[in-house]
Amino acid sequence: MLNRGRNIEKGRVITRRMFILAAAKILLFAGISSRLYNLQISDREKYEILSDKNRIREWKTPPQRGIIVDNFNKVLASNDRVFQLHLILDEINDFDVTIFKIKNLIGLDQFQVKKLYKKKERLKPWDTLVISDNLTWEQFSKINLYLHELEGAKPVLSTSRFYPYANDLVHIVGYVGDASPQDLEKPEIKENFVPGLKVGKYGIENSQEKMLIGNYGIKRYEVNASGKRISQIDYIKERQGNKVNLTIDIEIQKYAQELLKGKAGSICVMDIYTGEVVAMASSPTYDPNKFTHGINQKDWKEIRNNPLKPLINKSIAGLYSPGSTFKPLVALAALEYGILDPNKTIRCKGHKHPYELYGVKYHCWKKEGHGYMKLRNAIKQSCDIYFYEMARLLGVDKLSIIAKRYGLGTNVLGDLYNDEKKGLVPDTKWKRRALEQSWYLGETVINGIGQGYIQTTPLQLCLMTAQIANGGYKIKPHIIKDDSINYKDIINKIKLDQSNFPLHERNYLDDINVEYYQRMYHKKSNINFVLDAMFGSTNEQYGTSYKSRYDNPKYQFAGKTGTSQVRRITDLDRELDLDTEQIEYKKRDHALYVAFAPYKNPRYAMSVIIEHGGSGSKAAAPLASKLIKRIIDRHKLREQFNNSNTNLA
Amino acid sequence: MLRERIQASNYSFLDKLKSIDYLLILLIIAIGSISVFAIYSTEGGKFSFYTKNHIIRLSVFFSLFLVLSFVRVSTWYKNAYLFYFVGLLLLITVLFFGISASGATRWINLYFLNLQPSELMKIAVIICFARYYHRIQSSDIQSIKFLIQPIILLIIPCYLVIQQPDLGTSILIAGSGIAIIWLAGLNIKYFVYSGLLLLVSLPFAISILKPYQKSRILTFFNPDRDPLGAGYQIIQSKIAIGSGGFFGKGYLKGTQSYLEFLPEKHTDFIFTLFSEEFGFLGSIILLFLYILLIYRIINVGLVSRSFFAKLYCFGFATAIFLYVFVNIAMVLGMLPIVGAPLPIMSYGGSSLLSIMLGLSIVMSCKIYNQEQISVY
Repeated sequence: MLNRGRNIEKGRVITRRMFILAAAKILLFAGISSRLYNLQISDREKYEILSDKNRIREWKTPPQRGIIVDNFNKVLASNDRVFQLHLILDEINDFDVTIFKIKNLIGLDQFQVKKLYKKKERLKPWDTLVISDNLTWEQFSKINLYLHELEGAKPVLSTSRFYPYANDLVHIVGYVGDASPQDLEKPEIKENFVPGLKVGKYGIENSQEKMLIGNYGIKRYEVNASGKRISQIDYIKERQGNKVNLTIDIEIQKYAQELLKGKAGSICVMDIYTGEVVAMASSPTYDPNKFTHGINQKDWKEIRNNPLKPLINKSIAGLYSPGSTFKPLVALAALEYGILDPNKTIRCKGHKHPYELYGVKYHCWKKEGHGYMKLRNAIKQSCDIYFYEMARLLGVDKLSIIAKRYGLGTNVLGDLYNDEKKGLVPDTKWKRRALEQSWYLGETVINGIGQGYIQTTPLQLCLMTAQIANGGYKIKPHIIKDDSINYKDIINKIKLDQSNFPLHERNYLDDINVEYYQRMYHKKSNINFVLDAMFGSTNEQYGTSYKSRYDNPKYQFAGKTGTSQVRRITDLDRELDLDTEQIEYKKRDHALYVAFAPYKNPRYAMSVIIEHGGSGSKAAAPLASKLIKRIIDRHKLREQFNNSNTNLA
Repeated sequence: MLRERIQASNYSFLDKLKSIDYLLILLIIAIGSISVFAIYSTEGGKFSFYTKNHIIRLSVFFSLFLVLSFVRVSTWYKNAYLFYFVGLLLLITVLFFGISASGATRWINLYFLNLQPSELMKIAVIICFARYYHRIQSSDIQSIKFLIQPIILLIIPCYLVIQQPDLGTSILIAGSGIAIIWLAGLNIKYFVYSGLLLLVSLPFAISILKPYQKSRILTFFNPDRDPLGAGYQIIQSKIAIGSGGFFGKGYLKGTQSYLEFLPEKHTDFIFTLFSEEFGFLGSIILLFLYILLIYRIINVGLVSRSFFAKLYCFGFATAIFLYVFVNIAMVLGMLPIVGAPLPIMSYGGSSLLSIMLGLSIVMSCKIYNQEQISVY
């Protein structure tokens, strides 16, 4: 009985303990349930996103770059079909073997193979390795023939940048290449970048990246844990970049480039009313197509080491003393400020009796001297003595105001080119600030003939000439077509305006900044005087570019030569009086020429600069003359084309 | 009493059939069927190796369960120690002749099955302890003398299993044993003291853990520590379950599993797959099935007369609970990842065999619930 009682007690203990355990179990199961609730109901969205991130992988498809065309819609930068070889890494068992086979098939050298290995290290296992982005047809067909032996190899028909006018345009259009880390920081590239996409490195390609780059497409695939594609879920098509329409006429550009062949220099041509840059040649030049797939060492060295510096865009990044091409502006300034009566006579007595100021002698370029000169003759024959005196009377600060107003000392094309130079228009303030020295009158004197501190780019000189030639109106130079401006109206307005009443607005002559398409002159007669003097310089006997003239009024142009010294001329030099050919290349003068054409009813301005070409009249003016004929011959075509286009718009 | 004893030993076959717990059988069939579908899904909806094997095993072991259910509970009682020692012997055999996989030596090759003795040991410990405490007087239970024996009986297999190494199974074996000691009525203070002792010795215990075990524990506390390494399983499992939502992604549509982000999806992480495809609703239903199963086992204990049957049933119910809880808590990221299969659901012969064996003993307790087992 005792035993039985104990047993009952034991049974009770077991049952009680069991219930305690059961209660604990229920509690723990409730814990699990609430955890499930948290994961699957409260945090469901978070985990759904994570799950999609797991299973969905996006592949970006590269967009085609927008094309670049010239004024006549001729394609300057296109996308050409290229043959490429890609390697799908996760389809390869033995990378070494595959690379070895490919190496033998398409003939890669040791260096290229090493590069591929390096490239592969940076990729993820499901990525694609681009073996070559530009195979020859022969290589491509070989690959296709042996494709069954090459695991993971994928011959791809793709597009890549092609510049049909190669060397003729590189300084304007620029070129593309692989994106650098700095490139990737730019928002327009960052937003649209796809690995392998080429981006603009220079010129229009670089500054118009936003227009040209386009938008990538997205292919969404479901992938498994090892990254293998299972199925395509989604495809958003890529969008090609926009077309960029330049104002360049490729025919003229080509010809300008041809004229510069073998020389170092620049030719710029501009529409004097619209500000459209028709040509902007720089020589020597190089082939942008070589950069698309990465330039090889040899070619790069050749470009780098060329003493004529092909990499420099001389039209906007080359700085030159304007020399005598500056004289029309100096004359204009003197007239506008009323410093000098154009009939004032000054005698140029040659090297034996130079201009003297505080004991320093200033020589005219002409050994024998020009004799008695009035202003028109002084411009026409480019007499330095007259300009020394005129500059002295004018003063550097007034000159600098007019020079700046007509486009010197500032970027012509805004921020379109990151290498465009501002040049330098000196004044007394500038010298005190920059050099912490006071201005000497002697510096004013040589400034009057475009020497000394003054530095200009060829495009600035072209703009300056254009703005004098159009009657003294401010224009907006540009190289990308601007459809927002109705040029017909502007041309008509400027041509009809030509008002000759003097402006009496206060500070008018102190004001540098003028609104676009507004007059910059004080008196119309002053502009006309300068234009007439430039006509004389080209079309009258004793004019400095008389030899390059056209008698046919259709082609007749007016211009001003310039010869810019690259070093100080010593008395010994004057005595020797060597021909250009006899002087060491580096020490020869730069030859310059600015012109506008046709003289009656002008439409185009240009500047020509031949580095170390000698005198402007011999080296630069003849080129301008040839080019002017071509420009005028094409003018009608341009006019018709542009009009029909604006009508359409 | 005598009458009862005679009555108990003379069940007619009809009586036996009548006293079978059909609901329990139904639950086993239900969970078994779910497991077949789940394993079928792990293979991406193809009827191949795992599914085939699982079905064969389920049917073989289920038949075995039915047959063994009719073994007298007194027979189980008599052979309880034998069972334990056979299990121990097998564990020792593993030590010398075991076959290894992924760094652990846990199996004996029996040609038709790679037997994992540690799984059998889970049951063996329960039955052995049930017998031990069946005959101990309630007045003796608190004495140290009678406590030493079961502790030794528990430490030996646990130690052997840890050596394999298999921390999870070892913990589960220990858990089941301790549960029975608890049920037998050992004073609460012992549990409190040993709990405190465990807490104090925890730093020491961690220091002797294998590096991979340590990293698993560290990873448990911070899965993002190494998202592609040790933390990968927890993170991916949570993603799978969480993204399932209320209704799940649909059968055979669990992207996490069929795109192979889930590791061990047919064994330890089968619940993850199930939960991804059937969502919160499915998970709760499955959980409920397990709760019912545990309830039915407890019920058998309640209606059994012998302490052996009671202790066994309650102990086994607790063991099943522990397996389910540890497994699910593990895949939900509530416990560190230790190898612990989900009963019946997970693919694995030994685990299934031991569960079925355990269930057959429960069933025999039910059929022979009036059987009185002599204390001597």
